[in-house]
Amino acid sequence: MSKVRVPAQLRTLTGGAGELVIDGSTVGEVLKALDAAHPGFAERIFDDEGGLRRFVNVFLDEEDVRFLEGLGTPVTDGQTISIVPAVAGG
Amino acid sequence: MDFVSGLRCRECGRTYPAEALHVCDFCFGPLEVTYDYEQVAATMTRARVEAGPRSIWRYADLLPVADASPVDLGAGFTPLVRADRLAAELGLGELWIKDDTANPTGSFKDRVVSVALTKARQLGFKIAACASTGNLANSVAAHAARAGMDSVVLIPHDLERAKVTMTSVYGGRVFAVEGSYDDVNRLCAELTSEQPEWAFVNVNVRTYYAEGSKTLAFEVAEQLGWQAPDHVVVPIGSGSQLTKVAKGFAELFQVGLLDEEPAVRVSGAQAEGCSPVATAFAEGTDAIRPVKPHTIAKSLAIGNPADGWYALDAIRRSGGSCASVTDEEVLDGIRLLARTEGIFAETAGGVTIATLAKLAAQGVVRPDERVVAMVTGHGLKTVEALTDVVGPTATIAPTLDSFAEAMAAESDPTPTARSLR
Repeated sequence: MSKVRVPAQLRTLTGGAGELVIDGSTVGEVLKALDAAHPGFAERIFDDEGGLRRFVNVFLDEEDVRFLEGLGTPVTDGQTISIVPAVAGG
Repeated sequence: MDFVSGLRCRECGRTYPAEALHVCDFCFGPLEVTYDYEQVAATMTRARVEAGPRSIWRYADLLPVADASPVDLGAGFTPLVRADRLAAELGLGELWIKDDTANPTGSFKDRVVSVALTKARQLGFKIAACASTGNLANSVAAHAARAGMDSVVLIPHDLERAKVTMTSVYGGRVFAVEGSYDDVNRLCAELTSEQPEWAFVNVNVRTYYAEGSKTLAFEVAEQLGWQAPDHVVVPIGSGSQLTKVAKGFAELFQVGLLDEEPAVRVSGAQAEGCSPVATAFAEGTDAIRPVKPHTIAKSLAIGNPADGWYALDAIRRSGGSCASVTDEEVLDGIRLLARTEGIFAETAGGVTIATLAKLAAQGVVRPDERVVAMVTGHGLKTVEALTDVVGPTATIAPTLDSFAEAMAAESDPTPTARSLR
């Protein structure tokens, strides 16, 4: 099980919860399981090809998954996945 | 009153009221302030601007907030300096330096922060916050103090000493984060969800903040006698400044302050150790691949630039270019500008000047163009970069003999510390 942190913009889908515990062996699997538990996530964070939208960043324990293996990055128990809007900073 | 009609997602077009929102709730695209340009055009005249304050607030009609007493330390209306000696060295014709080192806290960030905190105060925020590579930290801490707001500033732990001191002196809270700027930025983006009562200038009020950079274009045009230049060279960190400079020239024409439609080529400058936009430009792709920065130009060390794609688009549409320069070239650029024009820029300014030199040598920036280079931060902020690079000609005893000896040695052709680098 891993912890998923949800940004304010998506908390309407979780009944206000900012942190959930979800099962899955890769980042992609966890995010799909998140959508199954709280429908609506997939269309907000994935593009038409099933990749992450341009302005969505996903981090696994503080590392951008694009520096890892993307949605295929393996997840072990106790790790934290954060969904973060990309438009910030500078 | 302001002329804001609302906010609009740059990606999917959904519209929002002018509140503390920075991304589209649906697709996470960036929100952009929209204005009633007809009303602006009916109100804003050259005479009205020229009668305004000698600061960014003379352009209030095209800013996202109206306030009779804005949060203001005097940002903007910085010198536009004709740079003939630098132009001659680079083989260029009419070259100008927009000297934004002259801002109250020494960088262009005062423009965006003055706008952001004025809007934040209007929205009811009491606490100013930001993620910063240093210049923004300086500016947020100073403007918050000016406004009587509390501030919370997060910076990477390894910033230049002057930037840390210059942030801390204003009495706000400063957190040095053990990580890169991109780590700090991610932390602040997450904090925004947890601390909605804080105005993170470059997160939840970024939509308004970013608009402040348009004033660079407004000023350049006004200072050139209400004419746009042919080519501007702008440093790229997040890409926001470059995007807004391009927008600024277009808006001035749209509201009738320029007679001719501007055709400004916009070129971007990056350090080689953090050049995701220059790389995408060179490769001809649309995708900005994030990088792990490693450069002395820390104020531009953003490996995952939020507006990188829009900057790339603005560069391509304008017929501009984008290039990157090595740290050594950055130091050369700093010294070249100082030696030829008497302006001491921080490392980001060295990036701009070195990139200008490179693009001039390539024939991309041309001698028949009226060129403006944006020098956006003061050299005193990054003096460490020049340690062992420049220094006294000699250290001497307080005697005439010692002076004469040192002068004689100086004219000796053997390399000295000064001529080595």
